[in-house]
Amino acid sequence: MSANVRVVAPSSASPHRAWLARLVGAQTSVQTHRALWGYLFALPWVLGLIFFFGGPILASMYFGFTEYSVLSPPQFIGLANYERAFNRDNLFWPSLGRTFVFTLMFVPSAIIGSLALALLLNQKLKGTVLFRTLFYIPHLIPAVALTVLWMAILQPRMGPVNAVLRALGVADPPGWLMTQDTALLSVTIINVWAAVGGNTMLIFLAGLQGIPNEYYEAASIDGASAWAKFRNITLPMLSPTIFFNLVLAIIAALKVFTTAWVATQGGPSYATWFFVLHIYHEAFQNFRMGYGSALAWILAVILIAFTLAQVYASRRWVYYDGD
Amino acid sequence: MQATGRRKTLRPWRVVLYAVVLFFAAIFAFPLLWTLMASLKTVQETFAYPPVLFPAVPQFVNYIRVLSIDRIPVLLWTWNAAYITALTTVGTVMTASLVGYSFARFSYRGRNALFLITLATMTLPAQVTLIPQFVLFHRLGWINTHLPLWVPAWFGGGAFGIFLMRQFFLTIPRDLDEAALIDGASYPRIFWSVLLPLLKPPTVTLAIITALAVWSDYQNPIIYLNSPDKFTISVGLHFFVQSPEVGGEPLQHLLMAACVLTMIPAVAVFLAGQRYFVQGVVMSGLKG
Repeated sequence: MSANVRVVAPSSASPHRAWLARLVGAQTSVQTHRALWGYLFALPWVLGLIFFFGGPILASMYFGFTEYSVLSPPQFIGLANYERAFNRDNLFWPSLGRTFVFTLMFVPSAIIGSLALALLLNQKLKGTVLFRTLFYIPHLIPAVALTVLWMAILQPRMGPVNAVLRALGVADPPGWLMTQDTALLSVTIINVWAAVGGNTMLIFLAGLQGIPNEYYEAASIDGASAWAKFRNITLPMLSPTIFFNLVLAIIAALKVFTTAWVATQGGPSYATWFFVLHIYHEAFQNFRMGYGSALAWILAVILIAFTLAQVYASRRWVYYDGD
Repeated sequence: MQATGRRKTLRPWRVVLYAVVLFFAAIFAFPLLWTLMASLKTVQETFAYPPVLFPAVPQFVNYIRVLSIDRIPVLLWTWNAAYITALTTVGTVMTASLVGYSFARFSYRGRNALFLITLATMTLPAQVTLIPQFVLFHRLGWINTHLPLWVPAWFGGGAFGIFLMRQFFLTIPRDLDEAALIDGASYPRIFWSVLLPLLKPPTVTLAIITALAVWSDYQNPIIYLNSPDKFTISVGLHFFVQSPEVGGEPLQHLLMAACVLTMIPAVAVFLAGQRYFVQGVVMSGLKG
C-alpha cells in the first residue's frame, strides 16, 4: 500500500448517504467514512463478544434450567437443577464451605505476606531488584509444574520437609497432601507460596512508591515512630491498593482449582473438593451440562456479590488522596 | 561503593532487615533448588533416605532421556504448547490493538456502550461461559483439536488487552494521525506504520502476559484435549504424574526434569521482558 493512495476524499456531504451518516452517528461524509473504519476495526471484538460472551451467557442461563448431556438436546426442567444443588447434592454445601475455608486461610496470608514483602523491598536494600525477581518467580511457575514441585517437597516419606521435621525430632510428621486432615492446609500453603511474591506484591510496591516522601519527613520531624508512620501514613495512603488486591485475592481464592485437582484429585476423601472442582466434575466428567451451568451461575452470583459488598464496605475504610 | 553509603547500610536494624529478606529468599529459593537438583539425580539418589539435596554427579542425561520416552512425549507436548502460545499471543496482540485503536480514535454510534460491555466482561467468571463454549466447539467438531485454545484469541483477545491498548493509544497526540491523514495515508496504514511502532511497551507487556497465561493454562486444555498426542505441556505433566513409571522403572527424577522444562520458558520470557511486564502489572493495578 502506497502512502500516496487517497482513501479519504474530503468532499462535501453527499445527501444520498444521509441515512448512513445518521445510522453511524456522523454528520459529514468524512465522519461517516471514519465511523465505518471504526466499526471495521472493532469488528473482531464485536464478533468475539457475540460468539464467546453474549451467546454463551444466554445459553448458560438457559442450560441452567435444563437437563443436557450434549449428546441429546436439552430438556427443560425448570428450577430442578437449583433445587438439586441446594437440597439433594451431598457435595454442594461441603464444597462451597471448603472453598470459603480455603479463602479465609488464603486471602489474609497472601495479602499480609505480600504487603510485608513489599515493605521489605521498599527499604532500599542492596540487591532489591534481585530479591524482587526471586520472590516473583514462584508466581510464574505454571500451576501444574508448581503442584508437581510441591508434591515432591511435601512427599511424606522421602520429601525434604518431613526429613527436616524428623531430624528436628518430630517422630510422626504430617502426611501433608496425602492425609485428609492436612490436605486442605497443604493446598493453601502451595497457593500462598506461589501468590505472595507475585502481582499482589508488585502492585503494593508501586503503591508504596507512590506515597509522597514529604509525609514521612514531616512525621519524622514530629518524632513519629516507625510504627506510627506505618499506621498513620502508609496504611491509609495504601488503602485503595489494599482494597484492589483484596478483591482480586478473594476472586482468585473462590476459583481455586488446578493445584487441588492435580495434587489430590479433590481428595483424600473429598478434603480438597472445592466448588470449581465440583463444577468441572459435574459438567465435564459426568457430562451434566445443565447442572454444571446452574452451579457456574451460583458461583458467578457469589463472586459478584462479594465484589459489590467490598466496593460498598471500602467506602468506610479506603482513603483516596485529594478527596 | 562510597564509604558514606556503606556506613548508612550498616545500621543494626538494617542488618535485621537483610536477615529477614534472606530468610524469605530461602523460602522461595529452596523448593526451586530442590526441584532443579532432583532433576539431576540418579534413581538411587531420588529414593535415598535420608534425602540428599545435591546429586553426587549431576545427571544431565536425564534431560535427554525425558524427551525420548515413547509413552510420555514431552517434546511433542512442548511443541503443542509453544505453537498454541505463539498463535494466541499474535492473535491477541494484533486484534486487541486494532480494537483499542478503534475505541481510542474513532467516534461512532454505540462505541461507548461497546466499551462499557467490554469492561463488564472482566467481572464475569470464565466458568459461566465455559460450558456453552464447549458445546459450541463440540458442534463445530473441534473437540480434541487445538482450535478452541487459540482461535478465540483472534476475536479481540479479551477485555484486558483491549483496555490496555486503548489507554496507550489515548496517550499519543492526535496531531500525528491528522498529519498522516492529510498526507493521504489510509487508516490501516496510520495504525500499522505510524501508531503501532510508538506502542512497543504496551504491546510487549500484553504479549508477555498473554504468553505466560497460555503456556501455563491447564483448565482449558483439559476440557478440550483427550488424546496424549494432543496434550499441551501442562496437561502432559499431569498425565506424567499419574503414570510415574515405565516398565517398572520409576521416573520420578525424569518427572522433575519435565517440571523444570515447563518452568524454564516462563521464567525466561519474564526475565527477558521484566521491565515491560512489571509496568503492565502495575498499570493494571493502579489505573485499571
